[in-house]
Amino acid sequence: MDLFEFQAKELFAEYGVPVQRGKVARTAAEAREIAAEFAADGHPLVVVKAQVKAGGRGKAGGVKLAQGPDEAFEKASQILGMDIKGHTVYTVLIAEAVDIAAEYYLSFLLDRANRTFLSICTVQGGMEIEEVAHSSPEAVARIPVSPIAGVDSAKAAEIIAAGRIPAEAAAGAALLAERLWIMFADEDATLVEVNPMALTSGGQVLAVDGKVTLDDNAAFRQQHARFDDISNTDPIEARAREKHLNYVKLDGEVGIIGNGAGLVMSTLDVVAYAGQEFGGIKPANFLDIGGGASAEVMANGLEIVLSDPSVRSVFVNVFGGITSCDAVANGIVSGIGLLESRGEHVDRPIVVRLDGNNAAEGRQILADAAIGVVEQVPTMDGAARRSAELASIASKGA
Amino acid sequence: MAIFLTAQSRVLIQGITGSEGRRHGARMLAAGTKVVGGTNPRKAGQRIDLNGTEVPVFGTVADTMAATGADVSVIFVPAERTKDAVIEAIEAAIPLCIVITEGVPVHDTAEFWARASAVSNRTRIIGPNCPGVASPGKSNAGIIPADITTEGRIGLVSKSGTLTYQMMYELRDIGFSTAVGIGGDPVIGTTHIDCLQAFQEDPETDAIVMIGEIGGDAEERAGAFIEHNVTKPVVGYVAGFTAPEGKTMGHAGAIISGSSGTAQAKKEALEKAGVRVGRTPSETAGLVRALF
Repeated sequence: MDLFEFQAKELFAEYGVPVQRGKVARTAAEAREIAAEFAADGHPLVVVKAQVKAGGRGKAGGVKLAQGPDEAFEKASQILGMDIKGHTVYTVLIAEAVDIAAEYYLSFLLDRANRTFLSICTVQGGMEIEEVAHSSPEAVARIPVSPIAGVDSAKAAEIIAAGRIPAEAAAGAALLAERLWIMFADEDATLVEVNPMALTSGGQVLAVDGKVTLDDNAAFRQQHARFDDISNTDPIEARAREKHLNYVKLDGEVGIIGNGAGLVMSTLDVVAYAGQEFGGIKPANFLDIGGGASAEVMANGLEIVLSDPSVRSVFVNVFGGITSCDAVANGIVSGIGLLESRGEHVDRPIVVRLDGNNAAEGRQILADAAIGVVEQVPTMDGAARRSAELASIASKGA
Repeated sequence: MAIFLTAQSRVLIQGITGSEGRRHGARMLAAGTKVVGGTNPRKAGQRIDLNGTEVPVFGTVADTMAATGADVSVIFVPAERTKDAVIEAIEAAIPLCIVITEGVPVHDTAEFWARASAVSNRTRIIGPNCPGVASPGKSNAGIIPADITTEGRIGLVSKSGTLTYQMMYELRDIGFSTAVGIGGDPVIGTTHIDCLQAFQEDPETDAIVMIGEIGGDAEERAGAFIEHNVTKPVVGYVAGFTAPEGKTMGHAGAIISGSSGTAQAKKEALEKAGVRVGRTPSETAGLVRALF
């Protein structure tokens, strides 16, 4: 799960990583109130920052300085509702402006290739960090961090020195690094990035912006659900999540249901290839129903997929491994029955490909059930082609 | 011969008394695997019935190894306890530890990998979040269905479970020496490269199938390895050409960030190394079939 900047900074503050004061506003009026509060405390200059999970906010015009409550209202009105790289801005962060003397970069992240953690630190922080990493890689320090030893004060000092952070900021930066590591480890993060890590004219080292990615697998021991935000989540994805289905909305016409993440990803590809023949028909979603494929899971899956109005046909692609195909076929038949009994009329064509254990028995069960909308095709490639063709016919008819 | 898992392998199950451990323990026995026992500290000294065959339950991996000569552990304990289970297996110095459990936090995987590395990787770790290893006709350790394929001379390594099964089924008439499901998590123990090397050295393997998916750069590194170290024919398949950027597709590792890790980049890296890459699983199976 990726956090918004304001959520990242909430976590930073909990772990003693210094941040400037800030509050979140959902409306321009709230932005005015917050700015008035800061002004009353002697900080009239604020920065209004779009809260979206995308980079390049500054360049897109999503970050603006404002002098006093009225200007904060005006800037917030401009930014709220803005679209930044496909993300609508629903909230802005109103933060006290700080006088920045220098901008550095610091992060901890998972190093997949080396199966360990890594700290990246450089004196050349700010907006162009990726360019710096590309053009002068020697300026960007990459320090491996052991998952067992972690980061103590000595290691933090090593990281900061390797990043060539100057003497006037070194002590503050090392303390920030040490606390940031504790947060990274304790919160099961896979990325924590502070950019810029700023030195203020007053000599303080602050996290002025932050990115945090948390490991969803650690949900059982973390309180990360509090960071869930559905304002930017597709409504069908949100309902799928409620039903514990692994669903991702895409922008095509063929609804996809399959078992196993790899097989479903492969199904998306095969449908997209086949769809090229039919004027660019594409998969409408990713949905992995896992190994079981019981009637209830199949019914829920079909319900979610069919609730997408752009779906013209459905491709159910199941390989019977541990679960045999007769069980899967029974799941499909009773799943459709369950859906009809909930008052959901199944009217779009469903192409089914069953292969693997007991495939013949499974196919026979579907043939005997003689459900009008269900059509069986024995191979994955053939079934993908047929579902793309049916979607194309339906699209032309619509 | 096969790789990693042979007819002589003696398998213990960590979490043998749980529902998954019992169910798959019985399936492994039925597939001819020498399942010699399992662990549950609270049920040490008891025996557990695996569909008609009783096997002993011990308190620890070390006790099981001492009493039974087990040299392979298959882990079915819940994600919350997986790290401790793997570390126990490493400390007992078991040669092979297969972690089936899914949903393991990556900080836990990174830690047990660091602990395995600290003792020179004397314990080979496969997984987590993987279907295990099957050497058809010899032994089966994990959840790969035993009856979808036959013994033969293809070696298979894959990040994905169901694509593994699909490929084993499509090529069941030719058959497999060993199929290794390495798992789709961001951090895994045994990699594509480890398996490619083992298959290259295995006299019972004539050709290798490698199945990858989006995320990370394991396939790119495997391509570079193949170019210099593998003389046997390799056929590849990569899933996720149409996956959108930044969205997780079920496997925690299958996420594209930026330009690297795309299916296209992986396909190109493999082809550069002389690997024939199929566009679909069936086309890939066809490329393998043409070799025999």
